[in-house]
Amino acid sequence: MTTAVQGTPAARVRLDRRFVMPVALLLALAVAYALMVLGSCATVGVGTCDKWAQGQDQFINALTIGGVYALIALGYTLVYGIIELINFAHGEVFMCGSFVAWFTLTRLGFSGPIADNLPLLVLVVAFTFLVSMAVMGVVGVVIERFAYRPLRNAPRLAPLITAIGVSFILQNLIFVTISNSIVTVPQVIPNPVLNIGPVHIRGINLFVIVLTVALMAALHGFITRTTLGRAMRSTAIDRDAAQILGVNINSTIALTFFIGSALAGAAGVVQGLYFGVTVFNIGFQAGLKAFTAAVLGGIGNTTGAALGGFVIGFIEVLASVYGVGRWSEAAVFGALVLVLVFRPTGILGQQLADRA
Amino acid sequence: MSAAVKPVKGSGAGGARDLFGLRTWFGHHQSLSILVIVCIIAMVLPVVSVLPPFNGFGTQKDWVAGFAQAGVFVLLALGLNVVVGFAGLLDLGYAAFFAIGAYTFAYAASGFTGLDIPFWPMLLVGAITAAIFGVLLGAPTLRLRGDYLAIVTLGFGEIVPVVFLNADKYTNGTNGITGISQPSLHGLFGIYGFGFTNPWPYYVTILAIITVVVMLLYRLQDSRLGRAWVALREDELAAASMGINTVTTKLLAFSIGASTAGLAGVFYASKLGSVTPDQFQFQVSFTALAMVVLGGMGNIWGVAAGALIIYELQSQGLKQLDAFVKALHLPALALGPINIDIGAINFLNLQYLLYGLALVLMMLLRPEGLFPSRRRRRELHEEPAVDELTSPDPTGERE
Repeated sequence: MTTAVQGTPAARVRLDRRFVMPVALLLALAVAYALMVLGSCATVGVGTCDKWAQGQDQFINALTIGGVYALIALGYTLVYGIIELINFAHGEVFMCGSFVAWFTLTRLGFSGPIADNLPLLVLVVAFTFLVSMAVMGVVGVVIERFAYRPLRNAPRLAPLITAIGVSFILQNLIFVTISNSIVTVPQVIPNPVLNIGPVHIRGINLFVIVLTVALMAALHGFITRTTLGRAMRSTAIDRDAAQILGVNINSTIALTFFIGSALAGAAGVVQGLYFGVTVFNIGFQAGLKAFTAAVLGGIGNTTGAALGGFVIGFIEVLASVYGVGRWSEAAVFGALVLVLVFRPTGILGQQLADRA
Repeated sequence: MSAAVKPVKGSGAGGARDLFGLRTWFGHHQSLSILVIVCIIAMVLPVVSVLPPFNGFGTQKDWVAGFAQAGVFVLLALGLNVVVGFAGLLDLGYAAFFAIGAYTFAYAASGFTGLDIPFWPMLLVGAITAAIFGVLLGAPTLRLRGDYLAIVTLGFGEIVPVVFLNADKYTNGTNGITGISQPSLHGLFGIYGFGFTNPWPYYVTILAIITVVVMLLYRLQDSRLGRAWVALREDELAAASMGINTVTTKLLAFSIGASTAGLAGVFYASKLGSVTPDQFQFQVSFTALAMVVLGGMGNIWGVAAGALIIYELQSQGLKQLDAFVKALHLPALALGPINIDIGAINFLNLQYLLYGLALVLMMLLRPEGLFPSRRRRRELHEEPAVDELTSPDPTGERE
């Protein structure tokens, strides 16, 4: 049986977290920004470089990429929080989501930006997101039902092995049935530069950032404010006690998988719309990075997963700014190992990573 | 163990009863019997390959070359079995240690570095190098829960090829290191360098390595350490409270597993003559895991058999199936929007899909694998302990 996850005693908090966290966050953002300015101006020469424009481009880029990782990481952390399983198939769910977006958009007959028709654009984008989130949510529930639920009381190794098996099944289903190479997703969102005060942002970036934040806020509201959300939290804390108190464990876990996979589906659509391409094997590395994000923030902690996702986004963009983009995976992996060694509970980790 | 005391009902592999006292004899002369068994297998395999239908798929030489290659995977599966089967830790980046072994030999004996250290001592060096990396990776992560190990090894397995790819100054990047020397016996039995044309020396060499590894693994399994692994796998808390140092014990499993992959890597690099980063992708780790799971976690012979069978299925079976189906010229079925054209399926592409399905189905239906160890079967089925040792009644048989 899995054990309950305990919270840190409030008495041991040294400094008021409400004060420390925002300050630390602002500091980290300022440092990241400075590093981006320095890095992207290095080729032009720091003196002549338009520091504001250079820095903000990279900054917005990092926020966008980080948003995608954050959405995927939320799925990992929700599932881990509730059944303590690393859902290796989650990265592949993200990948499938991007293929659903590709399928939907091409079947609707689009191939490029939808200009000058805002209602249609909104409709198409909303429809694509709904389809992808619904389909991937159902896929997540099916995976849970057939690959994980029968093994809920089996030795820990068993569901991990099925998880890796499922991830290979999803990846190779796409590989065999759809395409073994890169697929172009129609980028329907037109991409003019919007000027909001001193900030110059591309439409797609603004859209992705707003969407990510909105989805996170919706998730947070759902978990903290609704009855179902309360059922999820109580199941995560103590499954047996929750069951005694009348929570339907099976449907709560299925719901968790639905939400997590739907978020990964949304991330998949973002991948398609933002990068314009997808391929059958993107899920593996995206999943690995998103899992790192979840651990970085404190696994089981939704705020932490979101934060971790953005941290990974910044690491990746910084790596490419400094011309070592091909080492970004190594940097992310190094971050994962460092966090596990020095702070296995993650940055925010209220839930303890059970030191066995 | 109990075999020496009284006849034990068959456990799937050996059939029923103590046939002519063979089981007892094997129990007393473990290493010798391993040698005998491997020798028999070594002689049987080439003979089988010239019998129909196998002789239609390739010449005996092709088959032997295939067996030598399969031996590499048998070795990988045996090593991974120590980590996954004995100690119950999930290592998803096993190919990384394989890569480290291969690159170790590539550095020691190729034009890239100008060194030419003989193959035989490098076997040991490769194993030790891989074990050191195993310790470096395991030390920070084995303190944490098993799930973390899985993801960290997954990351490690992903990073090692990336490092070999990107650090092109030291590894020659995508092109890898070529011109690696072949093993040589320096005139012993009239054999000098093994070369590329004759697969037989490789076949014998890999079988010899496998024999030694299996002997060592059997001894480890029954040793104090082996029992500690089992205790750890079954109940970590209980094991720790009985005085087992969980971190050291896990670390040993991890590094012993890694060292076997290192051995396999050295042999592989030498046999192939070149190493490139893309030979060590995640698919290799995944294949090895599938071999261990299908063969039967914890059962040395089962895992070896699983590896051989899977290797032959993927290298010969799928190819033959593909050719067979193509030769049937099945008409394409058009059922409204669904178009079924079996003839157009490339069965070679289905390999990993099938592995994935096999892993999931095995875990759900027969988690002990095709050739289970007795202990695993009891553990995974979580049935009341009607085991062979306490029940005199032969109806205790399952399946």
